[in-house]
Formats: sequence, C-alpha cells, structure tokens
Amino acid sequence: MLQRLTLWYGAQPLFEDLSLVVPGGQFVALLGPSGVGKTSLLKIAAGLLMPKSGSVQASDGRPLAGRIAYMGQQDLLFPWLDVIGNVMLGSRLRRQRPDPARAMDLLDRVGLAGRAAALPAELSGGMRQRAALARTLYEDRPIVLMDEPFSALDTITRARVQELAAELLRGRTALLITHDPLEACRISHHLIVLSGHPARLGVPIAVPGEAPRPPDDPGLLRTQGELMRLLTAGDDE
Amino acid sequence: MRHAGAALRPIVTLFGLLLVWWCATRLFAVPSFMLPDPWGVAQALVSQRTILFWSTLTTLSEIVLGLLLGTVLGAGLALLLVFSQRLQRWLMPLLLISQAIPVFALAPLLVLWFGFGMSSKVVMAVLVIFFPITAAFYDGLRRTDIGWLELARTMDASPWAILRHVRLMAALPAFGAGLRVAAAVAPIGAIIGEWVGASAGLGYVMMNANARIQTNVMFAALFVLSVVAIILWVIVDRLLKRLLYWAPDTAAPR
Repeated sequence: MLQRLTLWYGAQPLFEDLSLVVPGGQFVALLGPSGVGKTSLLKIAAGLLMPKSGSVQASDGRPLAGRIAYMGQQDLLFPWLDVIGNVMLGSRLRRQRPDPARAMDLLDRVGLAGRAAALPAELSGGMRQRAALARTLYEDRPIVLMDEPFSALDTITRARVQELAAELLRGRTALLITHDPLEACRISHHLIVLSGHPARLGVPIAVPGEAPRPPDDPGLLRTQGELMRLLTAGDDE
Repeated sequence: MRHAGAALRPIVTLFGLLLVWWCATRLFAVPSFMLPDPWGVAQALVSQRTILFWSTLTTLSEIVLGLLLGTVLGAGLALLLVFSQRLQRWLMPLLLISQAIPVFALAPLLVLWFGFGMSSKVVMAVLVIFFPITAAFYDGLRRTDIGWLELARTMDASPWAILRHVRLMAALPAFGAGLRVAAAVAPIGAIIGEWVGASAGLGYVMMNANARIQTNVMFAALFVLSVVAIILWVIVDRLLKRLLYWAPDTAAPR
C-alpha cells in the first residue's frame, strides 16, 4: 500500500525508501518509539502529508482519496455540535444529505444511543472516544487509519473501546498506530515495528487467533513478549 | 438566596456611592456648579426628562447603528483577511494606521464631511467598534485546531466547507470577545461626535449644559448614558451566551 516513501524532517531523513504493505481486510498495528515517524507515515497514507518521494497506492490501482477514514490521537469532536451532529459531520462537510437513521444505529452499537443530543463537553473521555469511533464508522470507508486513538483512556475503558473497535472494524483494512503492545496484540492481525534513524520497518509478526483476543490468551502473551523484546532492543540504536 | 444576593449587590453598591457622593458635597461644601449633590441631579433628571428622553433615543440609535455596521464591517474584514494572504498584506498596515490616529482627532473632519446629523456619529462609532472585532475574529479564524482541519480534509471537505463549518465556528468565541469589547466602547464614538458638533443627543445636551454651567443637567445626562451603556452591554453579553452555548465557561464554579 505504501511504496518507497522518503520523508525528510529538516535536514534529517525521517525514513528513506520505506515500503509498507497492508493486506486488504486486515488489521495491522504499527509500533515503535516516539518520534520515529509513525504519525508521519499515517498522515502520508491519509493524504495529509506529501512524501519527498514515493507514493501511496491501492492494490486495485484506483486512487485512495475518498476511501479513507481517519481517527486521530484526540477525539476531535466539534464542541458546537451534539453527538449525532458530530457523527454525521462528514455528510455536512461534503454537502450531502445526512443519514440520521444510520448515525443512530452506529451510536447504538457504541452504546451512546441515549446521548445523541448531548454536547461533547458533557461526555466522559471514553464516551467521547466512542463517539469518535461512531463518526469514523459513519464514513463507511474500506480503509481506516488510526493514530493512537485510545491512548488517552484509562486501562479498563481502553480495553472496552478496543474490543468495540475490533468488532466494528472487522472486514475493513485498518492501520493502527499504538504505543501499547497489549493493544496491538489484542486487536490486530499483524504487528510491524518501526525503529531506528532513518526508520526501518521490522518483519511483520502475525498474531494467532481471532481478534479481539482476551488479554490472557496464550498466543497473545507469547507475541506480546516477543514484541517487548523487539521494542526494547530497538532503543539501543 | 444567591439570586437575591446577585440583585442586591449592585443596589448596595449604588447606594453606597450615592452616600459617599452626598457626604462629600456636604462635608467640603462644594459649590453646586462644581459638583451638584445627588438630589440636584435627581431634580434635573425629572425636570429635563423630555429632552433627556429624546436625546437618549438619538444617541442610542447612533450607538446601535454603529454597533451593527461596525460588527458587519469588522467581521467581513476579518473574513477577507483570512481568505486572501495578499489582501492581508495590503490591508493590515491600513488597519493599523486607522487605529493609530485617535478618533478624537478625526471627529471635526468627520463632522465636516458627514454633517451635524446622525451619520457623522455613526461613522465615528463604526471606527471605534470595527477594530476590536476584526482583530479578535481574525485571530480566532487563524487559530483553528490543526487536528480539526486535518479531520475535515480526510472527509473530503472543500476549502469553503472547511471555512464555514470548521474555521468560522471555531472562531466564534474569539468573535464574541471582540464584540463584548466593541459593545463597551461603542458609546465613546457617538459621544465624541456629539461633542464636536451636533444638534441632538446626550453629548449635545452635556455640551449645552456645560456652557450654561448647569452641572446637575450634565450629571443627569452622564447618568442616563451610563445606564444605556450598561444595558447595551448586558444585552450583547446575553445574546453571546446564547449563541455560544457550547463554549465552556471554565471560570464558573461547577
């Protein structure tokens, strides 16, 4: 999907000649130390950042524009819109007719059906992130890019929202950036580690079993251990 | 109880000030053409009520017209500035110059150009009002959260849709701050205009009373003007609170 990318940050190459393939319909987690360029990579994929060279392609050859939904580090809910208005934001921005029935259905699935008319300021952090998830799903795009979407939540809330995301995003192509090895192991099919200067991608690690996996799944624990070893070793460079 | 307190506080303050004022006039035996006592001012309020009423109507119309025009002009200017970088480079120095020249200095010219009637006062008020609005709104329009803009871009929003649904909405609290300042300074423009040359209005009444050493009438006009200014500010503040129902007032105790 991402081919031969080079991105410079000032005089320093952030990464050079980097290629990343996300198989269709799979959930891929991208891990790595802070500042290694994970977010930049995701923004290139989302078309928000132009690489110095290289290109982003889909396997069917069609352009990616209009097929991507993006979920950032903050929930980015608009404080002046109520929850359902935020979910239907895409329609409003594209001057399309909003679909309140579908928005309500999605809110129901993320457990916010009763709070559709609430303002974001009235919601807890977990609720806000679930509203943002509903907004991402409302876009109904085959490819979903997520930049540490759950990092601001407490552990228990995070676990719940992770499960929800894994269920609701099943069948879509997803690229998730995360700091949390457990999160990566729970909800993704493949893990990839980005590390070094300029950054290189590690060999993809497959996680056995169906997502979302319980946190005490033996396959998950083994992969998590392997991942921790890779990530701590990467810091020596 | 809290409601009663909120209503009582300004009344207590008012009576306290009146008492200090009255004591001062008595204690220092100030002649009434220098500082009339509250009773004299109250008498002037009653005896001059007809002229005060019509003058207030004139001045209030000038202020409100100036506020409306100044707000439209100021907000439009901010939008133009944020829409075009080139326009911003050309207009910004002009805006700054327009504020560097004190309105006091311009007042005689404006009266010469726009006449003794209301229009010169409205122009003056607009000059005082538009800048705080332009400055605050322009600032707000430029400081949109980059995350919101990026989200809108991944949703295939046109630049126009981003301006209307994201930038504009996000800038409304800043616009509100500008409008509050504008509402507070709006009377200045109108009154200066009336001082320099007018045939009606509270400023005109004050100048006349001053020339005839009717100091108590001057104070009465001043009193009416402050009441008008305060009411105007409260109305604007209420309207803004309704418009910005979503903007959290984090200073308020929960």
